Amino acid sequence: MTEPTTEFPPPKILTLSSTHKPILITQGAEGRLYKTPSPFQPNQFCALKYRPPKPYRHPILDARLTKARISSEAKVLDRCYREGVPVPAVLAKDAAAGWMMIEWIEGEPVRVGINTWLGERPEDDAALDTTQEDETPLIDLMKRMGVAVGALHRTGVVHGDLTTSNMMLRPWADDRLPNGHGDKTEKAKAVAGDVVVIDFGLAMQSQSDEDRAVDLYVLERAFASTHPRAERLFHHILDSYRESFKKAPGVLHKLEDVRMRGRKRSMLG
Amino acid sequence: MSKRPATETSDPALTSKRPKPPSGVTMSLERIRLEHIPESYRVYGALFRDVSNASFLQAQLISRNPEFEYAFVDASTVLSRAHLLAAVWNAVYTSVEGNLRTPNVHSEVVASLNINNNIADGYRRWGITPDKTKDLVVVKILSSPDTLGDAQQEKDVWTRLTAQVKGRPVQLTDQEIAQVTDWQKVRKYYKMNGAPVLDQTKDEAEKRKKMESLAIMGMALRGL
Repeated sequence: MTEPTTEFPPPKILTLSSTHKPILITQGAEGRLYKTPSPFQPNQFCALKYRPPKPYRHPILDARLTKARISSEAKVLDRCYREGVPVPAVLAKDAAAGWMMIEWIEGEPVRVGINTWLGERPEDDAALDTTQEDETPLIDLMKRMGVAVGALHRTGVVHGDLTTSNMMLRPWADDRLPNGHGDKTEKAKAVAGDVVVIDFGLAMQSQSDEDRAVDLYVLERAFASTHPRAERLFHHILDSYRESFKKAPGVLHKLEDVRMRGRKRSMLG
Repeated sequence: MSKRPATETSDPALTSKRPKPPSGVTMSLERIRLEHIPESYRVYGALFRDVSNASFLQAQLISRNPEFEYAFVDASTVLSRAHLLAAVWNAVYTSVEGNLRTPNVHSEVVASLNINNNIADGYRRWGITPDKTKDLVVVKILSSPDTLGDAQQEKDVWTRLTAQVKGRPVQLTDQEIAQVTDWQKVRKYYKMNGAPVLDQTKDEAEKRKKMESLAIMGMALRGL
C-alpha cells in the first residue's frame, strides 16, 4: 500500500461500483479532480475533488488539514450558491476521507474560449487589428467575467486563484449569442455562455479591499500571461466589476497600490 | 419536469443498463440505481398517497419490529427524487463505511435529510408522524441480492409492503412527488427563505432545481 506506484491510486469511493470508469481530469499539487457518474442523479456526471493523504506530513496533522480544507471549500461553495454567485453546487462530501462531489459544469474553460476566439493570429498583430474586426462578443465575455468576480466579492468571498482556467463557460440552453450580436459564427460561439467560477481550494472569506484587490491583481497577471493578445481588453473586466457592487470602486483604487508593489505586502514595518 | 435539458448528460450506455420491471406484475415499487456503492446493494422505493395507518406504522418503528425495517419519509418534506436519493445514497455510503449515527441504514436515511446533527429532530421533521403524515415515501435497502434473483426479491418486497402500508401506491417520480411537497415546510427546514439565488430566479422549473440543490448542499454540509 505504501510502495510508490506510477499511477496514483484512486480514492476508495471510486473503487466501488459505477457504470462508467472515473476519468482523471486534472491533477494539482494539492488534489485531483475526477469526472464520474453522479451518485444519485441518473445519467448525470459530477466532479469528484480528492485530496490524497500527504506521506510527508504527520498523519494526525494531515488528516486534520485535509478535513478542514475540504470543509472550508464546501462551505464557501454553499455560501456562493445561496447568494446567487455562479458556482457548482455540492452534492456530497466525506471530509475525513478527503473528497467532495460537486456538480459537473459543462463547457470549456474561459481560457479555451478566449484562445479559440483569438485564433492563430501572430502575436505582434495585436496592435494593428483594433479596427479590423468587431470584438463585441469577446468584450461581452470580459464583462460577464467582471460581473461574476464582482458577485463573488460582494458575497464576502475572495477566490485566491482567479485565472481564465478557473472560470468555465457554461453553454446557454438556447443557441443565443452574446448581446444579440447575431453573429452566428463559430468564433462567436467560442465566447458564448455563462461564466461559472470553479476551484475554491484557496478561497477564503474576506471583505477587505486589500484581499479583493489582490484577487483582481492575480487575475490581471494571469490574464496578461495567458492571453497577451487580448491584454488591451482586460480593462473591460474591471469596468464591469466597478458597477457590480458598492465597494468595487474602492477595491479598484487599492488595485493601483497592489500593482505598484506586487501581490505580497511588505513585511518591513 | 424540472430537468434542464442543457445540463443533462444522456448516455445510451447508461440507460440501457436499466432493466424494465418484470412483466405481468403491476407495481409502483422501483429498484433504484445508485452509483459508487457496492454492487451487492439493492434499493427499492415507493410512494403511497393518502396513507391511513401512519400511527400504526410509526408504532412498529418505535418498537423496532424487524418486519418493518423501512425508511418511512413524510412525502411532504421531499422536494424531488434527487433530493430523496441524496439522503438514501448518504445512508448507504455511511453504512458501508461503518459510520452509522443511527440504529440502522433505514433510520439513517431519515436522519440524512436533516441539515443538522440532531437525530430526533430529523425523525420528527422528515419521518413518519402519527395523524400528520398523509403521503409516505418508503425506501427499502438490502445489502445483498436474493438467492432467488432480483425479480423475486422485488416481488417479495412489494407484496409485503402493500400488505403493511394502507395507502394508494403511485410511481416515485418527480411529478408525483411535486404534487405532495409542502413548499413552505421545505423552505423552512432547509433555511431557504431569503436566499438571494431564489429571488433572482424567475423561471419556476429553474427555481425548483435551485431549491433541490440548496437542500442537497445543506444535507452534504450537515453540521458545518
